[in-house]
Amino acid sequence: MKRLLFVALLAFSVAAPAADFDYGLVARKVAKDVYAFVGRTEDFTMANGGNIVNSGFIVAPKGVVVIDTGSSLRYGQQMRSAIAAIAVGKPIVLTINTHHHPDHFLGNQAFADAPFGALPETRQGIAADGNAFAENLFRLTGDWMKGTEVVAPTQSLIAGTIEIAGRKLRLIALGGHTGADLAVYDETTGSLFAGDLVFNGRAPTTPHADVATWLAALEKLEAVTRETGFATLVPGHGEISHDAAPIRQTRAWLMWLQNSMRESARAGLDMNEVLARPLPPEFADLPVAASEYRRSVGHLFPAAEQEALGNATLH
Amino acid sequence: MKYALAALIVAVVACLPYQSNAAQQAVVDPLVSPRWEDMRKAFLADAPVVFDPAVQVISPANAENPMQVPVTIDATALGKVQEVVVFADFNPIVQVLRFFPDRAPAFLGFRIKLQQSSPVRAAVRTADGVWHVGGTWVNTVGGGCTAPSATGGSKEWQKRLNEVSGRQWSEGPNAGRVRLRIVHPMDTGLIAGTPAFFLEDIDFSDAAGRHLMRVQTYEPVAENPVFTLNLGPGGSEGVEASGRDNNGNTFRARIAP
Ligand SMILES: [Zn+2]
Repeated sequence: MKRLLFVALLAFSVAAPAADFDYGLVARKVAKDVYAFVGRTEDFTMANGGNIVNSGFIVAPKGVVVIDTGSSLRYGQQMRSAIAAIAVGKPIVLTINTHHHPDHFLGNQAFADAPFGALPETRQGIAADGNAFAENLFRLTGDWMKGTEVVAPTQSLIAGTIEIAGRKLRLIALGGHTGADLAVYDETTGSLFAGDLVFNGRAPTTPHADVATWLAALEKLEAVTRETGFATLVPGHGEISHDAAPIRQTRAWLMWLQNSMRESARAGLDMNEVLARPLPPEFADLPVAASEYRRSVGHLFPAAEQEALGNATLH
Repeated sequence: MKYALAALIVAVVACLPYQSNAAQQAVVDPLVSPRWEDMRKAFLADAPVVFDPAVQVISPANAENPMQVPVTIDATALGKVQEVVVFADFNPIVQVLRFFPDRAPAFLGFRIKLQQSSPVRAAVRTADGVWHVGGTWVNTVGGGCTAPSATGGSKEWQKRLNEVSGRQWSEGPNAGRVRLRIVHPMDTGLIAGTPAFFLEDIDFSDAAGRHLMRVQTYEPVAENPVFTLNLGPGGSEGVEASGRDNNGNTFRARIAP
């Protein structure tokens, strides 16, 4: 008995986060004046504090453009000091949220003094669901979230090429991962920040996904990677790449998921039976594939089921 | 931590009488829920009770969406049964549903709302009056019973209320299976300003009009309920389903293979 308790306590203390709540953010140089912070390919835990996401920034001649702000106030603050160390003395001219998922906007507080933009639907989503998302992250990551409050972007961005602080950025308004997903393309260096439309080496998340729309968005992003100037792809989660491989990987997962839901529904499977289906060999080693599959069944199977059931004859 | 430890102790103590008194062991709750005695009194009264692995309750150990937790009850290993009552110890409304398999096997799939982590159990009464109990713990982030239904706020469902879709499979590994979906908000009444509004009764009979199964549903059944019945390869001639909610709205539908 005593021994069991000891083991349990030990496990508990190992899982506890570092007392200083340091995310250890290191700005990785993506291209000249373009940087990214690359998170772990994991689920939210007390140990990683929500550092499972990619964020980034572009140092323009007259200021800094920030793309996503991470999962907490602490993340945002640590990100901002890492930016200040590189873009010495330059103001933040614009911070962008690519979409309304909490790991991409809960660091907003640290940038609230500067202009803040997102697609209109993203702004609405953050205003409507932000607190519920934050509550959930408090539950999953604990004190890493201390002091975090929801700050919604104040400006609506529209698709097109803008010149900001002396740098040309192409804002590509898409959707499918959520109702509104913004990709940002730096024309100067050919760096594409794809947001969560692209996952690399980690199974995609689908809580607000429309798979058909998402697949169409991937076509558009892949077309960008075929442009002559294209050099680098920064996905929303996972490693940076210099080709379209993460786009193809994300597409393969989504297509398998969609087909699997349809087949299961047509075969008459109950949701528990769908959950019990094994992953195909090609995704067996993909990080968090099993847990994301289970979540995705909950998100996507009901619609597939409805499609397969059709209408009964009414009397 | 403290709770887990307490549970562990109970489990250890519970193992002790096993050698000496198997009958006594049979009434010790294998899910070690502090609510078990209340559940037993409420649903099974003074009738004899056994915890029986022949009653399978299938549900994810960790339910991602507390509004739609899939539950499959399979008591077919017991053969002919009279009644099955499904409940969740820690739900604010404990009783989920009851079903009375008549000609249909004692199998039912559906989805429920869970307010917090809880045992989900099925008690199955056989002709000798004994309740056979199976169950499983489901962990969830909670909020399933006090969150508004997804469609409740929209006008859309009002037009589609009690709209039924369904299908029967006549071949393949699921031959004889019936799946039925009903558009209904299944409001629990636990949200201020939204009265309880839920399906109460669903009846299944075969093409010849013979009674297959009656299902009594309660508030914790998930929004837009989906039911799965297994009638076996011999029972794939089509099914009639009819039902009503607590406001007297009714539906009737024929599900053909
Ligand atoms: Zn996302």
